[in-house]
Amino acid sequence: MRPDFSDPARIASSFTDFLRTERPELLPQPAVFQGALQSVEATTIVALRYAEGVVMAGDRRATEGFSIAHRAMEKVFPADGYSAIGIAGAAGPAVEMVRLFQTELEYYEKVEGEALSLAGKANHLGRMIRANLPAAMQGFVVLPLFGGYERKLGEGRIYRYDVTGGLSEETDYHAVGSGGRDAKNSLKKLYARADQVDAGRAVEIVVEALTDAAEEDAGTAGPDPVHGIYPTVFVIDVMGVREVSQADVEPVARAILDRRTGT
Amino acid sequence: VSVPSGFMYASPEQVMKDRADYARRNIARGKPIVAIEYVDGILLLAENPSATLHKVSEIYDQIAFAGVGKYNEYENLRIMGIRQADLKGYAYSRDDVTARALANLYSQVLGQIFTDSLKPYEAEILVAGVGGDASETEMYHVTFDGVMTDEQRYAAVGGQADALKQFLAERYAEVPDLLAAIKMGTEALASVGNAELAAQQLEAAVLDRALPRRKFRRLDVAELEQALAS
Repeated sequence: MRPDFSDPARIASSFTDFLRTERPELLPQPAVFQGALQSVEATTIVALRYAEGVVMAGDRRATEGFSIAHRAMEKVFPADGYSAIGIAGAAGPAVEMVRLFQTELEYYEKVEGEALSLAGKANHLGRMIRANLPAAMQGFVVLPLFGGYERKLGEGRIYRYDVTGGLSEETDYHAVGSGGRDAKNSLKKLYARADQVDAGRAVEIVVEALTDAAEEDAGTAGPDPVHGIYPTVFVIDVMGVREVSQADVEPVARAILDRRTGT
Repeated sequence: VSVPSGFMYASPEQVMKDRADYARRNIARGKPIVAIEYVDGILLLAENPSATLHKVSEIYDQIAFAGVGKYNEYENLRIMGIRQADLKGYAYSRDDVTARALANLYSQVLGQIFTDSLKPYEAEILVAGVGGDASETEMYHVTFDGVMTDEQRYAAVGGQADALKQFLAERYAEVPDLLAAIKMGTEALASVGNAELAAQQLEAAVLDRALPRRKFRRLDVAELEQALAS
C-alpha cells in the first residue's frame, strides 16, 4: 500500500481503472444467472431542455412482476454538481451503476482539479452501459438518461443511450422506461422551443408528461396525493443541480390532477 | 571475518540520522502551511505563488489535505488519499471515511518509506477533518518519517513550523471568525518569510461545516483581499 513511482500511468484519473487493477471484485459484475429471476424495472424518466438548462424528472414506482415493490423509489440522482442521471431498467444494477458513476466523476474532479466536460461525462456513462451488455443480454438492462449543464458553452444538454452504450444527443426532450413512449407523446404536445420555456413551466411539463405516462403504463406511478408522494424533479442550470422539493412539486401535480377531475 | 571489498558499513543510527537530516533540510526549503480552526471549520493557508499547483486540496466530503516539500511526492500522497477515501466510501458508506483513518494510512506509508527506501519522502502533510460540530474537528500532522501528531486549534507544517506554531500560540485566544483567521494566518506566514504577503501569493481553502455535503471550498483572491484589508 505505497505509492508506486515505477509506472507513472498508475496515477490515472479514472476511479474505474483503479478498481479494475486493485479491487476488481468491487466492479459491477456481469450477471450469470439463469432461470426465472425477475428484476425490478418499470419506470418513466423524462428530461427536457428549457431556456436556462435542463429539467429531469422520474416517477416513484418500482415493480416486481405484478406487485409494487416500492412506491417511493428515487430514480433520478445528481451525478455531480452540474449533471443528473435518471435510471430505467433493472434497479439493482442501475443503482450500482449510478454510484460508480458518481464516484468516478468526483474522483476525476478531485485528482485533476477540474471537472470533466459534459460530453466527457456522457461518453464515460456510455462505456459503463456497454460494460453491462452481458447482463443486459440476460434481461438486466440498464438504460439511463443523462442531462446536465455545460458550463463552457452555457447551455443544457440531454444524452440518451441504447443498450450497447451508444449515445446520441437530444436537442429538446426525451423520455425512457416502460412509460417513455407515452411521456414522449405528451411532451411533444406540451413543448414548443427551449427558449420559450422557463424553469417553472419546464417543471409543469415534465410532471404532466409523467402523469400522462402513468395513465397508460402499469409500471409508472402518477402523483400520489394519498401518500403524499410526487415525482422526483431536478433542475440543472448555471447554478448547478438541485432537487425541486416535494412541497414545490405538490401544487404543480395537484393542479394537473384537479384539471383532470374537472374541479 | 572477511569483508567483501567495496563493502562499507554504516550503523543503523547513522543511516536513519542521515535520512532524517536529508528530508528535514529539503522540506525546510519549501514554504510552510498553517491550519487554523475558526468558528465554522478549518482554514488552510499557504504561501503559494502558483494559482494552479495546489498545496491544499480536497480529499473527501469533510476531509482536506495540505502538503509541503517535493511536489511530486506530496501529490502522490494526495492522490493515494483520494483513492483510499473514494474506495472506502464506494465499498462501504460515505460516513465510514474518516480523517483519522486516512492520517493513519499516511503515517504507515511514510514510516515504511522512511525505513525501507534508499531515500525518504521529502514531504510532510496535514490531514484536516470537520464533523457535525466543533468538537469533531480534527487535524493530524504526519512527518516524513511517519510520525503522526494530533493538533488542536492550529497547526503548521513545513519549514519553520515550530516558529509558526509559537506565533499562533501567542495570537490564538478565542476561536476566530474566518476573516480574523485569514489575517492571523497571513501574519504568521509573513513572520517567518515574505513580510509583504499579498492575496495573490496566498493559497487558501476552508473546510466549512455549513456547506452541504462537500465541505471543502477554495477562497478566491477577492475574499482574501477583503480579509487582509479588514
